[in-house]
Amino acid sequence: MNIVVVGLSHKTASVEIREKVAFAPNQMEKPLRELVALPDINEGVIVSTCNRVEIYASSHDVAGGMARLKRFLADYHHISLETLEPHLYSYHGEAAIHHLFRVASSLDSMVVGEPQILGQIKTAYGYAAEYKASGIILNRFLHKAFSVAKRVRTETRIASSAVSVSFAAVELAKKIFSDLTDKTVMLIGAGEMCELAAKHFLSSGVRGVMVTNRTYERAVRLAEEFDGNAVRFEDLFDQLHKADIILSSTGATHFIIGARDVEAVIRQRKQKPMFFIDIAVPRDIDPKVNDVANVYLYDMDDLQGVVASNLQLRAEEAKKAEGIIDQEIGRFFNWLSLLEVTPTIVALRSRFEEVRQAELAKTLAGWKDLPSDGQKRLEALTSAITNKLLHPPTSLLKRTGQGGRTDLYVDALRQLFELESGEPAEEELEELEE
Amino acid sequence: MNALLFYSTLCIYFIATVTYMVYLVKPREILGRAAHWLIAGGFLVHCAFTVTRYFEAGHTPITNLHESLSFFSLTVIGVFIAFERKYHVFILGSFVTPLALILMLASSLYPSAIPELPPALMSKWLFVHSTLAFISYASFAVAFGAAIMYLIQERFLKKKRLGPLYQKLPSLDILDEINYRCLTLGFPLLTVAIITGAIWAETAWGTYWSWDPKETWSLITWFIYAALLHGRLTTGWRGKRAALFSIVGFFVLLFTFLGVNLLPSESMHSYQRLLGGKN
Repeated sequence: MNIVVVGLSHKTASVEIREKVAFAPNQMEKPLRELVALPDINEGVIVSTCNRVEIYASSHDVAGGMARLKRFLADYHHISLETLEPHLYSYHGEAAIHHLFRVASSLDSMVVGEPQILGQIKTAYGYAAEYKASGIILNRFLHKAFSVAKRVRTETRIASSAVSVSFAAVELAKKIFSDLTDKTVMLIGAGEMCELAAKHFLSSGVRGVMVTNRTYERAVRLAEEFDGNAVRFEDLFDQLHKADIILSSTGATHFIIGARDVEAVIRQRKQKPMFFIDIAVPRDIDPKVNDVANVYLYDMDDLQGVVASNLQLRAEEAKKAEGIIDQEIGRFFNWLSLLEVTPTIVALRSRFEEVRQAELAKTLAGWKDLPSDGQKRLEALTSAITNKLLHPPTSLLKRTGQGGRTDLYVDALRQLFELESGEPAEEELEELEE
Repeated sequence: MNALLFYSTLCIYFIATVTYMVYLVKPREILGRAAHWLIAGGFLVHCAFTVTRYFEAGHTPITNLHESLSFFSLTVIGVFIAFERKYHVFILGSFVTPLALILMLASSLYPSAIPELPPALMSKWLFVHSTLAFISYASFAVAFGAAIMYLIQERFLKKKRLGPLYQKLPSLDILDEINYRCLTLGFPLLTVAIITGAIWAETAWGTYWSWDPKETWSLITWFIYAALLHGRLTTGWRGKRAALFSIVGFFVLLFTFLGVNLLPSESMHSYQRLLGGKN
């Protein structure tokens, strides 16, 4: 039994292709049922997000299984395999495990460390479990992937810092004020970036929004949108002391707020800290404002610098995450390999035991002057012989489980000892926990 | 028994401090939690040490440097644990526990023999006056730790260098609040300690105030913290200025506690120096 994956992602396919093969989230029953009905495919999970479409399956036949999955993806969405093929990647065995672990840990995401992907995979797995498309192998595989992702999240700082300018501003505010719920944001001017940042502040719970603009009507309109108050531009300096966080992006060609203005305001505020975010280019706020005590000023370059260093931090943390994944792959792969050899080991043992019992019964039946402890001794003798003989092949099988030539040994043993072939029982597999 | 408790405390504080230091550089929450429980355990052993010592000596164990350094360390850890629990900032420990550890190490260098107590010190005031003074010292020590953290974090934010330590440190607001809370706890205690000291001096030496170096320096310390509290409440001294003030205040306090003993002048408070030190 092997794990295979076929799929495409933002790294291999443009959005035009991705949207063609996406699966609608609430109509997963049909594709999942069709998927597991395919020959060579035992179990399946379909992950479909805006950045990737992937099908995970367990199959006895790696090459055949992957071909089936590719064909299925093309046929289901009525596109030719020739157009799709160049965008597809496929992995099996260890590489497939590695792939899912990386995807779940958000190492393969467009923005490394973004948290949504794990939830999306959990949802995908939820559908597969609901429609009984996943079985013993994929269940364990997916659960393992979730725990690996969790480990990566807690043991590395991969998702610890903002990678967009507006989120970076919110994070900075939290390091200055800690609690934003009693803080007021003031918007000076308008602009997409400014409004986006204001929205992030609102969803972080700031109490109020004030808006000012050279055109008062625009200020009123924007204030309505944020459920805040409009302030006349002439009144800016009368009202500034009420604001804790100031977002500025006017089209002014010179500084509209200078260090002296802020010194006066901060005195009026009894030194309560202020955080100025200057998104305008050319800048609205004199950089000297940053030198005023208890005032922090970040301009566009500063924020971008923060984002860049956060991205760098994520890249460094991603390396640690890869290390964690490598460890976990080893463990899971062991389990998977044991899964394959265990039925053979069990069959081999019971074959030996059968022969031993049969021969022992025959011998004992015809033995009249057997000493009182004779039966016990014979039992011990024969058990010792079979166990000694079984030990080397058993441990060899368990070892090769990690290497690869398992199939060869399994086949050889089954033929040499005329073992019955067949699927292992569910309970037997459950016992195989690491 | 007593020595065993003392060295167990020292040992646990050492391990806890190392854990807090590792926590400073490693992003593992579990380390912070572990350090927290370690220090709490160490605190209990330290309490046990202090109590057994109390019964052995028959008076509050703060009559020589061995005892008073250990007692100072005990109160620092006690006040620290209270603040750590309230504000959930394990990292405060990385800045406060080293101080407590140093105090314990210093204590271990002094002879631990129980001193013969001069009659002037045999009084219930010994317990009241000194305990109050030490808890106020401990509050100022925690304020000192928070102030250093504030200065570091403030520098990161002003210079826009937002490294891993920046991520780790709490917000300026929290640090400033811890500083303020320590001040509002430590200052009244210091005030009462000075007053009880004066009353005790009157009963023991017949005068409330004799401008003994210890008394003078206590008064200087008191004025510094009074100025800080006043500034905070009226003109909104906070942040960097408050942090710098509490650092200066703490150094003056350390001098009041230790330095007075090193002065050549005759201090009434340091006549215990004959016994090996002074509270």
